[in-house]
Amino acid sequence: MWYFDSPHVIFGEEALSYLAELKGRRAFVITDRTIVRLGLAQLVIDQLTAAGLAYTLFDEVEPEPSLQMIQHCAGILEQHHPDWIIGLGGGSCLDAAKAAWLLYENPGIDPASVNPFDQYTLRDKAKLIAIPTTSGTGSEATWYAVLTDTVEQRKIGIGTRGLLPDYAIIDPALVMSLPPATTADTGLDALTQSIESYQSTWRNDFSDALCLHAVRLIFTYLPRVYAAGTDREAREHMHNAAAIGGIGFGNSQATLAHCMGHALGVLFHIPHGRAVALFLPYTIEFTVNGGGSRYADIAQALSLPTDNEATGAANLVAAIRDLERQLRQPLTLRELGIDRPAFEQALPELVARAETDTQIATSLRVPDSGDLRRLFEYAFDGKGIDF
Amino acid sequence: MGIKFASDEWMKALKEELSKSDGYRDAAKTWEGDFYWVVTGMPGEAANVHLYVDLWHGECRDAFRATDAAAKTPEFIIEATYAVWRKVVDKKLDPLQGMVTRQLKLKGNMLKIMKAPKAATELVLCATRVATDWPA
Ligand SMILES: [Zn+2]
Repeated sequence: MWYFDSPHVIFGEEALSYLAELKGRRAFVITDRTIVRLGLAQLVIDQLTAAGLAYTLFDEVEPEPSLQMIQHCAGILEQHHPDWIIGLGGGSCLDAAKAAWLLYENPGIDPASVNPFDQYTLRDKAKLIAIPTTSGTGSEATWYAVLTDTVEQRKIGIGTRGLLPDYAIIDPALVMSLPPATTADTGLDALTQSIESYQSTWRNDFSDALCLHAVRLIFTYLPRVYAAGTDREAREHMHNAAAIGGIGFGNSQATLAHCMGHALGVLFHIPHGRAVALFLPYTIEFTVNGGGSRYADIAQALSLPTDNEATGAANLVAAIRDLERQLRQPLTLRELGIDRPAFEQALPELVARAETDTQIATSLRVPDSGDLRRLFEYAFDGKGIDF
Repeated sequence: MGIKFASDEWMKALKEELSKSDGYRDAAKTWEGDFYWVVTGMPGEAANVHLYVDLWHGECRDAFRATDAAAKTPEFIIEATYAVWRKVVDKKLDPLQGMVTRQLKLKGNMLKIMKAPKAATELVLCATRVATDWPA
């Protein structure tokens, strides 16, 4: 027994105009100042006004949304009592909207106690709309959110199926001016999530279909949007790919590259997509060495030569590295600018964090501490995984 | 000829597998906590079967079939039907997925379990290594 969940997805040009059809009293838009400055929040407000809804704009989401900011936001939600909550922005804003919604619906709840095994009140007061302005995290289609407790200096993962947004609006107009570096980082997150969710022990027929097609779209359109951000057709497909991969990922799980990337991201403040994508080729090699993987399927979907798992995986790794080079991404920790002493000092903590990451258990081949240590070391120098 | 699932002998065999497993020892090196695994609806059993296991820093300190459920008050209780336990031991059901879908019902601190995902995986691996007879 397993579930398949997806938000109601509105996609393509003019998708944002769906907001003008909303029925209700008040919408509460959760975003950040950059989105406001770029005029994207105004596009949303115009539609809400056309729908005859009152609105409140909250633009205080930080790049790494903090528990403290979310609690502040939930307090304002309580004062304004909206029946729609709209998360607008990159993964941070969408995660912030999910978390603030959870607190609004469950006053006083400790977000750190929220887990996938219990059920929580949601949708009694408001429904959630997610509007991504990057093409990558897939947060618009998942039931997870990550917060940072700035007082205790720790990450808090919130995951419960009810946190899935009711609607995801995938409008390419919102990503037309995404800068190349963010396009690459977020696009590679989508790629990593899609490839990992296809290999995860939680994978299933439903997630497989989505992940495989997302990988195809990303390989075709990510180089194009990186080279020419104004390529409207490519932007639209890439924006769809991120959501498709997100639904696949949300109904399966990411795996080892995400565990390693999370650890690296926290200790060295590396953008999420860049960190997870850096580890992806190494973890593919490690996984295929253990047997039982399904990389040949992916290689085949990309029309790469594949006689068997080993050649499929090798050609997939080569294709990923090619793509990463085109996107001017680092392939090793050294290229990322981490020096040897800093790396060695952080290594025990990197291993400890990666091996307690929840996504390690969904990896097809679960590394022990020694394997993890070597994986990080090989990724530092860019050595092929031979164990 | 295997060992009957959920018998005291089966628990001893599991303890033996855990003690032999480097993978488990490494994955569970910081784990502290004991369990009742409760099997409901087991063929040939009039009542629920309580299996006690005490796991500590990569070691299985104790494992037995409890004759009196009140004998211990473990930190965690996981309850499932006989059919579900069989799927877990046969590696046909990931225990975390089983908990998400409530096929396995857990009492105790869920977050502590979520921080030890690798230990859970290795523990199941050890259980699969016990040659098990499944009474029909
Ligand atoms: Zn990711």
